[in-house]
Amino acid sequence: MSTATVQQGTKWWSGGRSPFNATYGKVMMWYFLMSDAFTFGAFLISYGTIRFSRNFWVDPNKVFNSFPFAEGHNLPLAFVSLMTFILIFSSVTMVLAVHEGHKMNRKGVEKFMILTIIGGAAFLSCQAWEWHHLLTGEHAVLVNGHLEHWNTTVSHNPFGPEVLFNGQMVHTPGPIAFGSYFFEITGFHGFHVFSGVIINIIMYIKTRLGHFDQRGHYEMIEKAGLYWHFVDLVWVFVFLCFYLV
Amino acid sequence: MSDHNVISPEVTFAPEHAADTKVIWRTFWLLSALTVIELTIGLTIYNIKLGGEEAHASVVLAFKGMVCILTLAKAYYIVSVFMHLGSEVRNLIMTIVVPLCLFIWFITAFLVDGNSWKTLRNRYNRPADMEQAAPAPKEVKE
Repeated sequence: MSTATVQQGTKWWSGGRSPFNATYGKVMMWYFLMSDAFTFGAFLISYGTIRFSRNFWVDPNKVFNSFPFAEGHNLPLAFVSLMTFILIFSSVTMVLAVHEGHKMNRKGVEKFMILTIIGGAAFLSCQAWEWHHLLTGEHAVLVNGHLEHWNTTVSHNPFGPEVLFNGQMVHTPGPIAFGSYFFEITGFHGFHVFSGVIINIIMYIKTRLGHFDQRGHYEMIEKAGLYWHFVDLVWVFVFLCFYLV
Repeated sequence: MSDHNVISPEVTFAPEHAADTKVIWRTFWLLSALTVIELTIGLTIYNIKLGGEEAHASVVLAFKGMVCILTLAKAYYIVSVFMHLGSEVRNLIMTIVVPLCLFIWFITAFLVDGNSWKTLRNRYNRPADMEQAAPAPKEVKE
């Protein structure tokens, strides 16, 4: 990455310079992201605890198997792959914006910020579709000996263990913790994406107004970039915990 | 080091930023490749499970472990290259990475706790409370 090397024997802790060689704002952004990592970590680990305490857990491939405009087809992992690639790609455009910022290229920063904002909005749209699909999609479920049609919500889970009913395999009610954790964690992540998009829009406007050129550096783009990449980082783990395993 | 890199007098050393975007695009392809491998494993697990929930349980577990390792690799590349933590000075890297080591205890302790909860419930609960246990497929007449 960097070709410059730190001078040997630099006395980082003797005062007069930042021992972390970073501005206050950037160090605090890192600490905020670290604490946020623990928040997300606590959510995901508590989900893991509940999941490990059950004899039965929902098979994600049965819950997340649809794709917009292709309802009725069984396409496990397809839609969530699209969401993952959207987020990876918007991460790349963000890091390219930071790169252009280092070169003090305002036009380049503007272009890549716009692309990042579009990527974030596309991800949010996908998530809105997925939530809508889960909350309104009805699934046959066997309750007390007769069939009912349930949505997947924080209080109903139609993806429990399958039993044979009138010659057909049907689901029984599943652990309701599945819906609670899914909507809690993807909702909290989606809120981060939403606020990231808002931050990126503000950064785009400030770039357009030339605030960073006046200031002489594009460090704000770097800090917004840290937040945006963190959102992508969290998605990597949400993708693992809810869709893959 | 050019002037525009000097953001604050306290920042004494500015890493020289790469002239081109080669590293960024290489990391993008790497992350995409890791994701494709993860998806392939995910679909393999799906196809194994079609043969019954209990079939090849240890193979499924091994595949899940592989996906976890690939996820950690992806996280490493995002933090190190995209967030530029890899080119920061060692002091900053350590102040972020060392506290995150708490996760080792955090994950281990709580998953073991969940597992013990399951064991105890299966051992001591009356059969009537065992609604979470997967019932054997049986014919239910209306």
